[in-house]
Amino acid sequence: MTPRRNERALVRPHVVTGGRARPSRNVFDVVTLVLATGDLPRTGLTPEKVQIVELCLGGALSVAEISGHLGLPVGITRVLLSDLVDSGHLTTRAGAPAAPAPKVRLLQEVLDGLRARL
Amino acid sequence: MDSALASEPPPYLPDTVRTSVKILIVGHFAVGKTTYIGTLSEIRPLRTEERMTQAGAAVDDLAGIKDKTTTTVAMDFGRLTLTDDIVLYLFGTPGQERFSRLWDDLARGALGALILVDTARLDRSFAAMDVVEKQGLPYAVAVNHFDGSPSFPEDEVREALDLAPGTPLVTCDARDRRSSTEALISLVDHLLTLDTEQP
Ligand SMILES: Nc1nc2c(ncn2[C@@H]2O[C@H](COP(=O)(O)OP(=O)(O)O)[C@@H](O)[C@H]2O)c(=O)[nH]1
Ligand SMILES: [Mg+2]
Repeated sequence: MTPRRNERALVRPHVVTGGRARPSRNVFDVVTLVLATGDLPRTGLTPEKVQIVELCLGGALSVAEISGHLGLPVGITRVLLSDLVDSGHLTTRAGAPAAPAPKVRLLQEVLDGLRARL
Repeated sequence: MDSALASEPPPYLPDTVRTSVKILIVGHFAVGKTTYIGTLSEIRPLRTEERMTQAGAAVDDLAGIKDKTTTTVAMDFGRLTLTDDIVLYLFGTPGQERFSRLWDDLARGALGALILVDTARLDRSFAAMDVVEKQGLPYAVAVNHFDGSPSFPEDEVREALDLAPGTPLVTCDARDRRSSTEALISLVDHLLTLDTEQP
């Protein structure tokens, strides 16, 4: 239950992101769902980006899960994801902030989903 | 087995899931957050790390991070696929003011927060409650019952925590799935009431 610190997290973040500390777009919530678009060539990508694309080829995962699986801080993961969306390797499926209007419906569905687990 | 680069493929979400929501599980150290998330999560709980400056800014907000002193804040989280369409993520986080930038980020778009408290150390929960209230996040309070912790009458706990009359106060056992699910249900039921009441 105590996840081991892994080596990836020890890579200096500014090396991984090529010196940038800010994502090129600000659409990534921790629960934004991300998946790979398909078979764009991965040549020229950094090893971390290749890992992300390969991880995301199998299906959708949240930004937090990608960060957790790769052992990279969320902030750094966002920068890399942002680049990979720009380059067409990744796409997003759903973000967090729910529009106010359908919020009641969404909450009702969440509630029903939880009750069904009892 | 906990290596982030585990060779087994990660559990991907079903293709039908289009909506992701999050709820924060907040409380002081050792109140039971990790246990709670582990009990409810359908995936092996994961941990993400965020690097913060001493001023409490996340590294992705900085132009340069080279020579700043950073600390690492760990958050664990779990996942529950609730319906064909909806996945719920639970994020466990200590309610600490000095991490307020991280908080802004986590709290933005969150449905609400479940604050875990221990009756043996109620005063240690005040900081967490302050942070949640400052974020304007609606919340419910769950007393995570530890053996040996005193059990106070509900109104005494309410008074000690200065809870608004409508705020749910429930008891749970973070090791028990049913009891933990019920605490989440109380929270979401409360959120629904709040949203339905608003014009
Ligand atoms: N008796 C009892 N022990 C618990 C309960 N929840 C957590 N614990 C124990 O309390 C300790 C701290 O819990 P943990 O989940 O790590 O707390 P965190 O620091 O808030 O994540 C662990 O040893 C748990 O096994 C509970 O509901 N009842
Ligand atoms: Mg913990």
